[in-house]
Parts: sequence; structure tokens; C-alpha cells
Amino acid sequence: MAVNSHQAAVAERTPVTAWDAQGVRRDFPILAQRVHGKPLVYLDNAATSQKPRAVLDALLDFYTRDCSNIHRGVHELSERATAGYEEAREKVRTFLGAREAREIIFVRGATEAINLVAWTFGRERIGVDDEVLITAMEHHSNIVPWQILCEAKGAKLCVTPISDSGELRMDEFEKRLNPRVKLVAVAHVSNALGTVNPVEEIVRMSHARGIPVLVDGAQAAPHMKVDVQELDCDFYTFSGHKVYGPTGIGALYGKAALLDEMPPFHGGGDMISSVTFEKTTYNVLPYKFEAGTPNIAGAIGLGAAIDYVGRIGMERIAAHEHALLEYGTRALARVPGLRMVGTARKKAGVLSFVLEGIHPHDVGTVLDREGIAVRTGHHCAQPVMDRFRIPATTRASLALYNTREELDALAAGVWKVKEMFA
Amino acid sequence: MGDLRDLYQEIVIDHSKRPRNRRQMPDADRSAQGYNPLCGDKVAVYVKLENGRLKEVSFEGTGCAISTASASIMTEMLKGKTPEEAQRLFDRFHDLVTTGQEGNGNKPALGKLEVFSKLNEYPARVKCATLVWHTLRSALKGGGTVSTEEG
Repeated sequence: MAVNSHQAAVAERTPVTAWDAQGVRRDFPILAQRVHGKPLVYLDNAATSQKPRAVLDALLDFYTRDCSNIHRGVHELSERATAGYEEAREKVRTFLGAREAREIIFVRGATEAINLVAWTFGRERIGVDDEVLITAMEHHSNIVPWQILCEAKGAKLCVTPISDSGELRMDEFEKRLNPRVKLVAVAHVSNALGTVNPVEEIVRMSHARGIPVLVDGAQAAPHMKVDVQELDCDFYTFSGHKVYGPTGIGALYGKAALLDEMPPFHGGGDMISSVTFEKTTYNVLPYKFEAGTPNIAGAIGLGAAIDYVGRIGMERIAAHEHALLEYGTRALARVPGLRMVGTARKKAGVLSFVLEGIHPHDVGTVLDREGIAVRTGHHCAQPVMDRFRIPATTRASLALYNTREELDALAAGVWKVKEMFA
Repeated sequence: MGDLRDLYQEIVIDHSKRPRNRRQMPDADRSAQGYNPLCGDKVAVYVKLENGRLKEVSFEGTGCAISTASASIMTEMLKGKTPEEAQRLFDRFHDLVTTGQEGNGNKPALGKLEVFSKLNEYPARVKCATLVWHTLRSALKGGGTVSTEEG
């Protein structure tokens, strides 16, 4: 896995500095509050993560100093806004390791990015009896757009099963790679299980058969260094709000050659070079895919978030979170009747579990009264719940500001749940 | 955990662990399915009518402690009531769990349902308790599937 080789290489050259947990926490103003009289323990980061002051400042600065529409403005504010927006694109390019900034399309989030690919690439390339191959651990956002497309086109949605530990069955994946498959779409990290998929291998196997691959990186981008050139995937998507940025902004990476061939997604302003009633000529990349006034402040905020994690270092964040994940797994394992759902060998950020005889909603309510925010339910991954024959799980998900003490509080909270329902 | 005990009273825990009338009813006169898409919980309600009254009410499905206890207590409370009385009881229960107030007027006594009097302090959990009642109402109206995310 690329992440591990990254981590190993970085451990050698990065001077060992202690992880400043309290310093990091001070960067996030929202964390210094009490909920139901208890210190907030925020463990719902896979849903959305909190924002550092640097991001809040970037948003405020934009609206108090530079607010203006971008592109084509000849006045100072518009030039500043345009520069800020395009700088943010360059930051995303670096963050993903893309070759060119024009390969980065700003979207609302991973969901919109996947829909964009379905309705441009998919509309042109997927036809009757073709197949789209996904996995049994996808978020609904990487299932439903393909379902809608397949229904419209008379194509078929095929699913690679997962093992009892929540790992992708690579033998089953290979069996499903046939000439009818026109696209493989796979989560880099599962939001419900935390499984890190062998994306490089998936891309290699698919490319060997000429099949392009979309990687849904919504749950990977916050937790590990991503390099789209190393992965060699054709599309990569992520949501800014899970990477400490604002909501309503995210990015689609696509290889320039593919994006160039694809028709536009939305029609409107900024995505054209010229319009007459007879014919419209589309703009160049990336603007062809960015119709209308985009989320300018959001993009600038996302840029600030990327700067923030960059200053700490994605490798250090990954190492810190990995240690927390192992610590939390051990702490929860000591609770009798608790079963982890998702025990893959390579995991990132997610502790999903069920308690014998106690419904996750009751767990969530009791934990909330302890100031602990977790998510309970199907996590927009109902097929995963069906696979494990459970209606729901309790999910604690990690971010860089979490601490061992918070995972101790989680474990203590789960003991209280047991007591309450004894 | 003092205030949590107001929500999870002994009666609630008892009914959630040992639900009454949780069974299929093959000879039911009325039935309906209920679904909460937010949590994936599903419930089925069965009614046997006799002389214009609810002779027996049962339910099927697994959910959280609140939803299971609500269903269990409902099936006990409704035995022998007319559909109109059942509706009036639901109205009053609905007022209780959404506002914490029992409302005024000539309404039936809530009895055991009073254990849910603090539920309004947990807005995310109100639908856990009301889904089975919405499903019952649908059954009495002739059946079908209800969802917490409609109407």
C-alpha cells in the first residue's frame, strides 16, 4: 500500500517531534465547549470534521475584504477573488498529487463529483448491456448515481462482495472484470467499516483490461497522503468538509485526456467560450465543468484547510490517527458483548461496533449525554448493514484532534450504556 | 445518569427486553408496515377486530429500546378500544412526546404511556416512539406502508 511506504520513508527523514495534541486542539475553537455539562468529545468526523481557525479566518477574510465574483472582472476585488479561487485549485492539485491544475474541478462534494462523472463520462461511454462494477462497501453516493445511469442506459450494476472482516474479495473482483465492464468505481476507504481498499492493485488490474477507475476518496483524503499519479486512477473525488474545510465544496480529479473528451455537466455561465442561439462553444478545462458562480469562499476555505493539514503533514496525521485507532480498538475490545464491525487488516479512521442486545440509537443517546458525539445508523451504506445482517452500528470516527483520553471516555461511555441496559 | 433514567425508565427497559405481543398474526383483519429510512427500522402492526373494537394488537420488528417499548406498551393499551379511541389516544400521546404537555380537553388517560413524558427533550428520538402508532393508524385505515419521512 502506498500509504505505508510513504509512512516508512517519512519516518526516516522527518525529525521526531512530539505530537502536540493540546496545541492542535486549540486550533479548533469549537472543541472547547461542554455538551450536557461534559467536555465535548467529537467522534463523528467521518460525517464532517471541525474547522480550524485558519479556515474560519479565510472565510471571514474573503467576505470582509475580497468578496466579488470571479473571472472576467476588471476591478481589484474581482481580481483578488479570482486569484484566491485559482490558488485554491493549485492547492488541491498539490494535495492530490495531480499533474495539472486544470485536472481539478471544483464541485459541491464527492457526491456531486460522482454524479458529474456518471452524467458526462457515463452518458457517453456506457450503453446497453455494459456494466459498471462497484463494491459491496460503497456509500450510497457511489451506488445510486450508477443505478440511475444503468437504468437509463439499460446497463448493469455489478457488485464485488466483501469478506466477513470487511475486506474486498479481490478474487471475486477479478472474476467480474469482463469486457462489458466500462467503469470500476470504488471507495478508497469505507465510511462504514474503515477498510482501506487496495486501490493501486484495483487500478492495475482494471487498466490491464482497458477499464477506467473512479476512486471515491471522501473517507481517505482526511486520513492519508493521496497521490493520484501514483494510484494512476482516472478519477478521484473528495469532500472539503471532511478535510477540515467548509461544507459545499469538494473536488473531482480527472485525467486531462478523459476530461477533455467528456461533454459538459451543467450548462450556464463560465463554462462556455462563446454562445449564439445556433451554437455554443464550451470553455477549456477546468471551466467546462464549472457552470455558474461557484462556491468561491468555500474553495478558498478548502485551500486554507489544505494549508493547515500540510503544515502538520499528512504522514504525521496518518500515524497519529493510526495509533488512536489501535488504542480505541483495544479499549472497546475489553467491553463484553461488543463486536467490532469491520476488522480489515488495513483500516483508517473508523471504529464501527454493535453491542449485544442494545440498539445503536440507545447507545448514541446515552453517549450524547456524556458529551460524546458518535453516529448511529446505517451510515448511508445499507448494503453493508445487510451484509453483516445488522440494522445499524454505532460509529466513532477519528480526526487529527482526537486524543487517547477521548477514546477512554468513549469506552467508559459504552460501559455506562451496558449498565443502563443491564 | 439521572436525567437519562427519566428517558429509560424501568418500564421502558422492561418492555424493550421483554416485549409483549411481539408476534405475527396470520389471521389479522388489518395490518400495515412502518419504515424509518433514517435508521432503517422496520415495524409491522397487526390488528384483530371484533364488534367494532380492537380485540388484539401485535407487532413485529426489532428496533431501539424506545421503539420496542413504545410498540409493546401500545399493543397492551389498545386492547378493547374502538378505532376512534385509539386515534384519540395517539393524538394525546403525540402531543406528549412532541411538546412534553398532555394537552387539554376530554382525552383518554395516558396511563403507562406517561413513561415517555421526557421524550420531547430528545427530538431525534421522537420518531422512534411514534412510528408504530403511525403504522397502527395506517392499518386501521386499511393498510399500506408508512414512513417517518412523509407528512
